[in-house]
Amino acid sequence: MTARALINVPPKARRGEIVEIKTLIAHPMETGYRVGLGGELIPRDIITTFTCTYNGEEIFRADFARAIAANPFLSFFTTATATGTIAFQWSGDNGFSATEQAPITVE
Amino acid sequence: MTDQRANDSGTSRRDFLTATVTLAGGMALASVARPARATPDTMQAAIREVVGEAAIRKGKVKIDVPPLVENGNTVPITISVDSPMTAADHVKSIHLFNEKNPQPNVIGVHLGPRAGKAQFSTRIKLAAAQTIIAVAQLSDGSFWSDDADVIVTIAACVEDLQ
Amino acid sequence: MTPVRGALLFLIGALLVAALRASAAEIPPEQRRSDYELMGPQTRAMQDDDTANPGMLGVLDGEALWNRRDGAANKSCADCHGDARAGMKGVAARYPAFSPVLGRPIDLEARINTCRTEQQRAAPLKFESKELLGLTAYLALQSRGMPIDVGKDERLTPFIAAGRDLFNQRQGQINLSCAQCHDDNWGQKLAGAPVPQGHPNGYPVYRLEWQSLGSLQRRLRNCVSGMRAEPYAYGAPENVDLELYLMWRAKGLKMEAPAVRP
Repeated sequence: MTARALINVPPKARRGEIVEIKTLIAHPMETGYRVGLGGELIPRDIITTFTCTYNGEEIFRADFARAIAANPFLSFFTTATATGTIAFQWSGDNGFSATEQAPITVE
Repeated sequence: MTDQRANDSGTSRRDFLTATVTLAGGMALASVARPARATPDTMQAAIREVVGEAAIRKGKVKIDVPPLVENGNTVPITISVDSPMTAADHVKSIHLFNEKNPQPNVIGVHLGPRAGKAQFSTRIKLAAAQTIIAVAQLSDGSFWSDDADVIVTIAACVEDLQ
Repeated sequence: MTPVRGALLFLIGALLVAALRASAAEIPPEQRRSDYELMGPQTRAMQDDDTANPGMLGVLDGEALWNRRDGAANKSCADCHGDARAGMKGVAARYPAFSPVLGRPIDLEARINTCRTEQQRAAPLKFESKELLGLTAYLALQSRGMPIDVGKDERLTPFIAAGRDLFNQRQGQINLSCAQCHDDNWGQKLAGAPVPQGHPNGYPVYRLEWQSLGSLQRRLRNCVSGMRAEPYAYGAPENVDLELYLMWRAKGLKMEAPAVRP
């Protein structure tokens, strides 16, 4: 099952307007430092990279370390240039991969 | 209970209390291993890895984090950099470092002139009260930074492992 | 706070704790307030924004489960109850409710499992599982903004009294009762954090300490083990009686689930 994500992209914007994009994805972000019930070390399992593209062009990228809290939240800004699609990609340990998309109409 | 001040080895009462509290804290936080902590030195090394030999100037960058966080597991933080974000003058990247988590890196973000605003928000984990540093690289190759001291409280009643 | 004032407060606190009381004074109705008000602005902002509240990820899980056919009967919740937004409006604000079948109160989690086993003929969902938390979060969301309305049924009276007794009884190694902190000393600081009144109007809650959603029973077990007493098992009648009393004690407060708490 793909990880749940919540995306907030304004559906409409004026050309040249700076808009805020908010992203939230379900992921345990296991640091690798916690100890389980049997005394064993729970292995690291984190998202390592997040990329955002706007009509195919990268507008934002983040490299996560273990210190990012579980269910990572990330908000950032971009300039509304043209109508189209803003796409999001998360990847990480154990082959984790998730993608989301949101449309934006620019007048 | 013996008065630790009278201890021949010179252990002060403060040291005893600190050790006991640390032990109690360690037992209470039974689910957290005790790895080697980052130190201000490893944080500096991590910063140098990003910045190289260049000078880092204080300014332009602003860390917005509560001075006393309600829980170290999820600390909301906003980093902004004062920049026109034009093709000629913009922020290329912002990196966040900490000094007392097991690892010094927290996050590195890569921007460009399309961002419009050099600002991002996220939620981070902080293991203890510490200083965090944000370093921004501008398009002209210069580096700027800001630091913030954060006090971290733990939950008053720590849960048993489920 | 000056050292003198701090010492004075400590003394008062110590006296309060030391006083032997059969039943602590309840918080007067006009002073009751949601634990939301004791949180800092950043944590409140996390709760207020549905696209930034991690509890809402659980709500999405719950919505999917609501619509998923399951069990030997191959039915979904929606097949009987329709759209949750209409059919489940106000329901979570009325739980725990009296179950004539059990002859005692039943909480929302147990009620969901009753439907699972009897109507869907599916296995019950485990406590604190992603599925059960998602469903309770989704249902509790449908009561958001509505006042808690629990305990009107007269058959619940003896169980509310039992819950109140549990709340007031001293227990564990430090011989502390819930009331001593949450009725007598709410608003004071404990290890740097303010003591809340302890109302359950935000459950299931995304607790920053857990980095996940969790139920009221999980929180109660957490509190009790923190008090160095033996926590009751998930689903134990003591836990349900306590949940019932807490909801009754919070009646009129607006539901906030899924809330964010430190």
